[in-house]
Amino acid sequence: MTAAAAFFYLFAGITIASGFMVIASRNPIASVLFLILAFVNAAGLFVLMGAEFLAMILIVVYVGAVAVLFLFVVMMLDVDFAELRQGFQQYLPVGALIGAIFLVEILLVVGSWTLDPGLVQAPLGNVAAGENLTNTVVLGRVLYTEYVYFFQLAGLILLVAMIGAIVLTLRDRPGVKRQNINVQNARTQGAAVENRKVPSRQGVEV
Amino acid sequence: MIGLSHYLTVAAILFTLGVLGIFINRKNVIVILMSVELILLAVNINFVAFSTHLNDITGQVFALFVLTVAAAEAAIGLAILVVFFRNRGSIAVEDVSVMKG
Repeated sequence: MTAAAAFFYLFAGITIASGFMVIASRNPIASVLFLILAFVNAAGLFVLMGAEFLAMILIVVYVGAVAVLFLFVVMMLDVDFAELRQGFQQYLPVGALIGAIFLVEILLVVGSWTLDPGLVQAPLGNVAAGENLTNTVVLGRVLYTEYVYFFQLAGLILLVAMIGAIVLTLRDRPGVKRQNINVQNARTQGAAVENRKVPSRQGVEV
Repeated sequence: MIGLSHYLTVAAILFTLGVLGIFINRKNVIVILMSVELILLAVNINFVAFSTHLNDITGQVFALFVLTVAAAEAAIGLAILVVFFRNRGSIAVEDVSVMKG
């Protein structure tokens, strides 16, 4: 067994095992941590396949952002997670049945299907033969030229998601004293200070 | 030798785990969201496996877009979850259908 095959079985095994632990773990925080483990090992699989850029993006975006977001939400919400697992035994048989059917069907498709050998030989990307480019360069060449509209659309989707998340979670609490800088800046000496003549032994009414 | 079918098998198992997770964790919406992430990861493994096997970069471009949409979906889903928890004090998704009007 070559080193590449050994690493494939290592990464694939850990990915599947941690994917199982994501759905089977009692503690949701453990679920999130197993999700991170699954993503890191899937990034290893991507590196083995030769998609280095996507592997790094997977680690940066998923492990760095999405999984941490999950972790924040799980820790922020004060939820009795034991109560949420009440139906676990009840749903397990039907879930396992449907899952088994799914798996058998997909594996039948994967097993019984072969690729047209002529398809593999033809270079379909816009990379000239003999040009030795890294994965990132090849991806950048098509992403900003051929798929530039899709790229902009992806940015727009992220913008909409960001605005949506902010609008959803922002709440205006009444009764909170806030600093109003416009009012503070609009104050002049004439409005703030009053000069009075103070009669002797009488004082002034405030 | 590790070929295309090995990666497709891994993706199939991961996809099935995601579907199974949606079924057996019907009350816990956080784990359901994580299961959706697993499903999208399986899809991405398929895309990248075909992309590298066919020597065509388009699959990786599409995997990048799937990643983008998955990140946006996670952010919006968790925001909705936080708002729901603030209003109801629980995240049990069984009685979400009561939330009409």
